[in-house]
Amino acid sequence: MHRIIKKQRLNANTVLMEVEAPLVAAKVKAGQFIMLRIDEYGERIPLTVADHNAEKQSITIIFQEVGATTKRLGEMNEGDALRDVVGPLGRPSELEGIKKAAVIGGGLGCAIAYPQAKALHEAGAKVDIIAGFRSVDIIILEDEMRAVCDNLYITTDDGSNGNKGFVTDELKKHIEEGAGYDAVIAIGPLPMMKFVSKLTREYGIKTIVSMNTVMIDGTGMCGGCRVTVGGEVKFACVDGPDFDGHLVDFDEAMRRNGFYKAEEKAAMEAHECRLGMGGK
Amino acid sequence: MANMTPNKCPMPVQDPDVRNKNFEEVALGYTFEMAQGEAERCLNCKNSPCVSGCPVGVRIPEFIALIKQGDIEGAYAKIKETNALPAVCGRVCPQESQCESKCVRGIKGEPVGIGRLERFAADYCFGKGEAPAKAAPNGKKVAVVGAGPAGLTCAGSLAKLGYSVTVFEASHVAGGVLVYGIPQFRLPKEIVKAEIDALEAAGVEIKLNAVVGRAVTIDELLGGEYDAVFVGTGAGLPKFMGIEGEALNGVYSANEYLTRINLMKAYKEEYDTPIKRGGGSVAVVGGGNVAMDAARCAVRMGSEHVYIIYRRSEAEMPARVEEVHHAKEEGVEFKLLTNPVRVLDDGNGCVSGIECVEMELGEPDESGRRSPVEKKGSNFVIPVSAVIMALGTTPNPLIRSTTEGLETNRRGCIIVNEETMESSKPNVYAGGDAVTGAATVILAMGAGKKAAAAIHAKLTATL
Repeated sequence: MHRIIKKQRLNANTVLMEVEAPLVAAKVKAGQFIMLRIDEYGERIPLTVADHNAEKQSITIIFQEVGATTKRLGEMNEGDALRDVVGPLGRPSELEGIKKAAVIGGGLGCAIAYPQAKALHEAGAKVDIIAGFRSVDIIILEDEMRAVCDNLYITTDDGSNGNKGFVTDELKKHIEEGAGYDAVIAIGPLPMMKFVSKLTREYGIKTIVSMNTVMIDGTGMCGGCRVTVGGEVKFACVDGPDFDGHLVDFDEAMRRNGFYKAEEKAAMEAHECRLGMGGK
Repeated sequence: MANMTPNKCPMPVQDPDVRNKNFEEVALGYTFEMAQGEAERCLNCKNSPCVSGCPVGVRIPEFIALIKQGDIEGAYAKIKETNALPAVCGRVCPQESQCESKCVRGIKGEPVGIGRLERFAADYCFGKGEAPAKAAPNGKKVAVVGAGPAGLTCAGSLAKLGYSVTVFEASHVAGGVLVYGIPQFRLPKEIVKAEIDALEAAGVEIKLNAVVGRAVTIDELLGGEYDAVFVGTGAGLPKFMGIEGEALNGVYSANEYLTRINLMKAYKEEYDTPIKRGGGSVAVVGGGNVAMDAARCAVRMGSEHVYIIYRRSEAEMPARVEEVHHAKEEGVEFKLLTNPVRVLDDGNGCVSGIECVEMELGEPDESGRRSPVEKKGSNFVIPVSAVIMALGTTPNPLIRSTTEGLETNRRGCIIVNEETMESSKPNVYAGGDAVTGAATVILAMGAGKKAAAAIHAKLTATL
């Protein structure tokens, strides 16, 4: 069992949890993920490790309450325990040799971009973080991100923080101004990663994206996580989750993430219904 | 006087039209009387050819003689001497190509139902056995990677000899293919659990959610407290055909489909894991046991039509005859000498059908099977809403990519000395599908047992 030792709501539907997971905390590196199962009846879901504390043998996960499982997870509290946490899974991000990077996070993607920025920063690289949100009231991890970069730029779709625009606008501006990035790391919704990759291809800047796909086991067995990269089928869980953004077939990936849309919708309705009837 | 009936006592089964709507076990097992009658068919041959057909060397005539005498506990104990998982083997071993293929009674009629008798003895003693005495510890520690048939057998054999054994399992349940792959209706998970509980009672420690290669490496295990490591990580990586439309929503690997159903219990209402159910038809591509399992699950999930698409003819099918027979009885439709060329898109990124081409058999290939050749222009479409690829699996790359000095062949299988199962890396042994590529439960068990003996020989030589 994996006890929840800290729970913090970051915005209306985003939650941070620190969870006991000794095996993961001892080994995890930026870019790796875990699979968790709440209880015997729960499904296995992948979540990227946002941070870890080797002394406390704990990891930090940040999730958005978008499906039946993440809703249930969001209803759990400090002191409760998760049935299973397994990891670290996936290949660690390959960040060696990067001297100046733009790390781009879109919404919840900032939770995954943050450890990458932190790893780069600790390795002595210059790091600019460009974080995009829909509006000012859902900005997360601002202080944490500021602590691990040279410059933090936050954009909002509606301009409510005073800097209206998309992350691609901000990135383009800095590239044009001669920021001299030798790598861009983009993590967020698939359309965001697609457009960042499209932009950086024009400038010939190496771009790493992190693919968050449907998967069950996370160890290479189900193949549900397959993505087409450079015309080849890859498994996000064992070959990734990081891939060359210039080679990923994002349109296919967007479609595949909707594989269980109907089932997920039904599960959400059932969950809300149970809540309405006084909880499960 | 032996029972000279030429045929095996038939196995009672659930009616096909009933069982194709539930996940309860298909074969119901012999009664005491049936078992005794079948046991009487055994001639107790002096040279026991049947034993030579068993990868773990079960003392077949001896356990059958005990059933004849009515000493079922004794029969079970006799099987247990050499086989760690009798209730599992009695159900899923391909006896027709192993022990039973050597049975003298098979020359003029059907062989003795050895597998059915093994199952009977195990089921009769289910839950009755006393916890086995733990062996006195010999002070040596062995790590086993993977709690599937190979790893569990190796662990059980070593624990009996006094080794302190820790099994590292990546999943949240022990059992490997016995729990994620083989469906409930062929191998109830309660039985697998009881066999594993018995191993734990015998002193084997099982660490779940522990991924060797990531959370801990083989080198760390060897450099730490363990004197030897056995790798039984199976062949879990699914193959795809590489045809157009394989990335469409509705195309599964058999591993994904079966894992959702068997491991995550998606067929039960109270479990959260989603699966497509009801409506539409399903095409399963492949002709092995895994294809049969996937097709029979799809029938039970309420699919309109379930097709097996196989490029050769029934004679070349690698699946057990019994599985093919059960699948047909349950309504699975066989499209033989048929090969998929692409999966069709409904316009919204979901599967609407599978385009196939007819095949004919040509000359035998290197496997000795007649190789199928495409009939030009014979393309046709089968309308389906899901396609399950059951084309086989290859070993997971995780161990080989994180273990320096562990040699593998070009198919990714670990290379071992076949006498000892020791790999190119000293004190690292391997067996099961991780070495052979996808094969059977009993062969994996045989390899686990052989490795345990070799580990014992090596470690006691240095005591």
